[in-house]
Amino acid sequence: MRSDNSIILQTATRLLVPLLLLFSVFLLLRGHNEPGGGFIAGLVASSAFALHLFAFDASSTRKLLKVESQLLMGAGLLLALLSGMVGVVFRGQPFLTSQWGTFYVPGIGELAVSTPLLFDIGVYLVVIGVVSTILLSLDKVEE
Amino acid sequence: MLFAVISGFVLAVLVPRLSSVLGAKIGWCLALLPAVLFGYFLTFWAQVTNGQVVLLSHEWIPSLGINLNFMVDGLSLMFALLITGIGTFIFIYAGCYLQGHKDIHKLLMYLLAFMGAMLGLVLSSNLISLFIFWELTSFTSYLLIGFNHEQEKARKAALQGLFITAGGGLALMAGLILLGHLGGSFELNELLAQGTDIQQQPLFLAMMVLVLLGAFTKSAQTPFHFWLPNAMAAPTPVSAYLHSATMVKAGVYLMARLQPMMAGSEAWMLTLSLFGGVTMTVGALMAACSTDLKRILAFSTIMALGTLTMLIGIGTPHALEAAMVFLLAHALYKGALFMAAGTLDHATGTKDVRDLGGLRKYMPQTTLFIALAALSLAGIPPLFGFIAKELMFESALGAPWLSGLLIGLSVITAIGIVAAAALVAIKPFYGALKPTPKTPHEAPLSLRLGFTILAIVGLLLGLMPGLVTPLLQAAVTAIGGGPAAEPELALWHGFNLPLLLSGLALLCGGLLYHYWERVRDPLAAALRPLAYGPERGYERMMDGLVALAQWQTRILQNGYMTHYILTILLTTIALLAYAFWSEDAFVYSLSFEGVRFYEVVISLLMIVAVVYAGATHLRLGSVAAIGVLGFAMAMIYVFFSAPDLAITQVLVETLTVIMLVLVLFRLPGFQYLSSPLVRCRDAAVAGAFGVLVTMMVLTVNQSSLPGEGITAYLVENSYVAAHGRNIVNVILVDFRALDTLGEIFVLALAAIGVNAMIRFRWETQK
Repeated sequence: MRSDNSIILQTATRLLVPLLLLFSVFLLLRGHNEPGGGFIAGLVASSAFALHLFAFDASSTRKLLKVESQLLMGAGLLLALLSGMVGVVFRGQPFLTSQWGTFYVPGIGELAVSTPLLFDIGVYLVVIGVVSTILLSLDKVEE
Repeated sequence: MLFAVISGFVLAVLVPRLSSVLGAKIGWCLALLPAVLFGYFLTFWAQVTNGQVVLLSHEWIPSLGINLNFMVDGLSLMFALLITGIGTFIFIYAGCYLQGHKDIHKLLMYLLAFMGAMLGLVLSSNLISLFIFWELTSFTSYLLIGFNHEQEKARKAALQGLFITAGGGLALMAGLILLGHLGGSFELNELLAQGTDIQQQPLFLAMMVLVLLGAFTKSAQTPFHFWLPNAMAAPTPVSAYLHSATMVKAGVYLMARLQPMMAGSEAWMLTLSLFGGVTMTVGALMAACSTDLKRILAFSTIMALGTLTMLIGIGTPHALEAAMVFLLAHALYKGALFMAAGTLDHATGTKDVRDLGGLRKYMPQTTLFIALAALSLAGIPPLFGFIAKELMFESALGAPWLSGLLIGLSVITAIGIVAAAALVAIKPFYGALKPTPKTPHEAPLSLRLGFTILAIVGLLLGLMPGLVTPLLQAAVTAIGGGPAAEPELALWHGFNLPLLLSGLALLCGGLLYHYWERVRDPLAAALRPLAYGPERGYERMMDGLVALAQWQTRILQNGYMTHYILTILLTTIALLAYAFWSEDAFVYSLSFEGVRFYEVVISLLMIVAVVYAGATHLRLGSVAAIGVLGFAMAMIYVFFSAPDLAITQVLVETLTVIMLVLVLFRLPGFQYLSSPLVRCRDAAVAGAFGVLVTMMVLTVNQSSLPGEGITAYLVENSYVAAHGRNIVNVILVDFRALDTLGEIFVLALAAIGVNAMIRFRWETQK
């Protein structure tokens, strides 16, 4: 966008984007017990990218995303689908039946993993993918 | 068993990769699968011919009573062996026939998927899974007919085939569900065990008509027969496999399968024998006056399907036996003839019998084996087709009613088919050599292998029918509903009426062929209304359908945002108003007790924001006002302790404003383009909508919703069962995860839509 405009915005954005992204991961992981979750976290992360888009331009936001935004949507949908298949494949239970388990990770300790978490990460990726796809394509109109 | 059915689909997925590795040998390699499956099904031979019915069960959706249960009895074993046996040769043939074609892997892929679907269809013992496989065969058939999709003819034929068979499929679905409810079970073996009890049910007739609609469309019975000759637009391996030997017999399979339940019902017997009789006559006569090799064979397939339907309709043990023998004989010679016809086309470049002649010297092997198969088609001893035809005459003679009519039709059919067989086997090969687009040459082994072996098997079974009598007996047992006597198959039954009729048919057929050049045109003209009338009806219906679709698209999808919103709002208003009026449902009680001061302030703020958003001339102002509304809403969520909702609302509002800003300054300046009258109308609609929604909210607050216990259940189980204290999140990702999955798919689709639209405009402007 107007990359020559605001040094203040650009500097603030450099600081805010990592913070917002970190915060979104925090919201994503706490979501099962406290307010948060994949959808909200996805929106927070998307607003980080939106801010970046405003402060810089589309090509640098694309660079920040590292991957095509559509790829994020696809990966998210696939992850959500696969998380539903875990129970089907390993336990013969109906699609999307939740599975829970804990793993011991050296150095960290007990780590609780579950398919709803995977599902939520899928939602998170889809939301980021959707919002950034729309934002980037709207931005393209301007060029 | 499950793996046997699914292996076709699995291998189909791998074909594109395999075809780049294997190159020209792909046909031979893929043929291994049907060959192995053929061997696998042969292992059931001993069990099934001993009179056992093998049941194999896999739960699929047990809560709905839908299971992947498979049943192997005489009937399904015979079909399975035909599907895999003929399939083996088809793959070898197809690999060579389309060698070098850029889409050969697609064809092989569809063929494999079709084989899996067809096996599933004939082995399923659950009505629902049977139906699903049934539809899969229609679908793969659509893809295969439309294989040459650059040609308009092929696309049209594919759509026609799909329309007719899938339309019948809809009726069939209703029929099968009805059958399941009448019989109290969706399992075929349980239904069959009840015998003919089902005929006492009041809805029996409706069920029968629906099921028959499905079977008749699939098996190309008059008046639905016209899609089959058109389906010859598909490459020859497809015609040989789907449209003669296997798929079109699915309808016959279903009728045979249900025969034990339907036996003795007059409606069933009469419908089947009449429709079958007419179909077979139309098919035979049309075959005799066609000129395209593949169309001749297609019409003779219609003849065979009609014959099978008629024989099942006659329903005597003898007729059922004849049906099974005829089915086997037909699959053998018709598969062979199609492959041979394709070989001719391959070698000479034309399929028109009028342009072919004197090829005997150039293609000696093809000449020999096409003659063998054609003799079987014409029903001439000592081939298996002769036994089948004799049995058909005997059954028609022994029919409990309409015997005279059926015999007459059978004889006409036999005459037509003898002429058709001569057209295929004699005309292209004898007489003077005619110039063809390609120089005629003998075809390679992989093209000839299939029809050579099938023709030899036809001869072998004619000489030694004892080889297959155990299987035929088991099949007749399966459709007769009780143990059947061993069929006595022999070439020589003594000098009797059927033999006399055969001789008569042969003589007249020979004469018909001799005077073919002169008789063809008048005969074709006479048959025109019967043969092409239904097709014209179909075309008129399709035109009407398209016109209707255009009309309703013009009305509903006119591209104006205002109209879309107006349509949605007016429909909602009408429905809500009707519900309130008819149920007299409007109740409310307003009490302002306990309303807190800041709630009043927020509400006032919202009202001001809405009024400003509607009145302002500034777009940015309007967007900001809507933003204010959203944030005020979020505040209300906060007051009523719904943090998740509030956070979501705030974030969505923020992003919406950002997106609107991105498009806002691309829009032209503000202007009044609508007349005052239109604005009054819009105001009235908006006002009415607001009033009704308010009424609805007030009413809903007063009434107790069904499922009151759900909230309590969610609250109680959120932590216990789903390990989460945030109920909103637990609902989203666990209790109602399927809804969420649907929603994120919709979100992704919307984003793809936005992207596509914008990119399209961007690229066209460039």
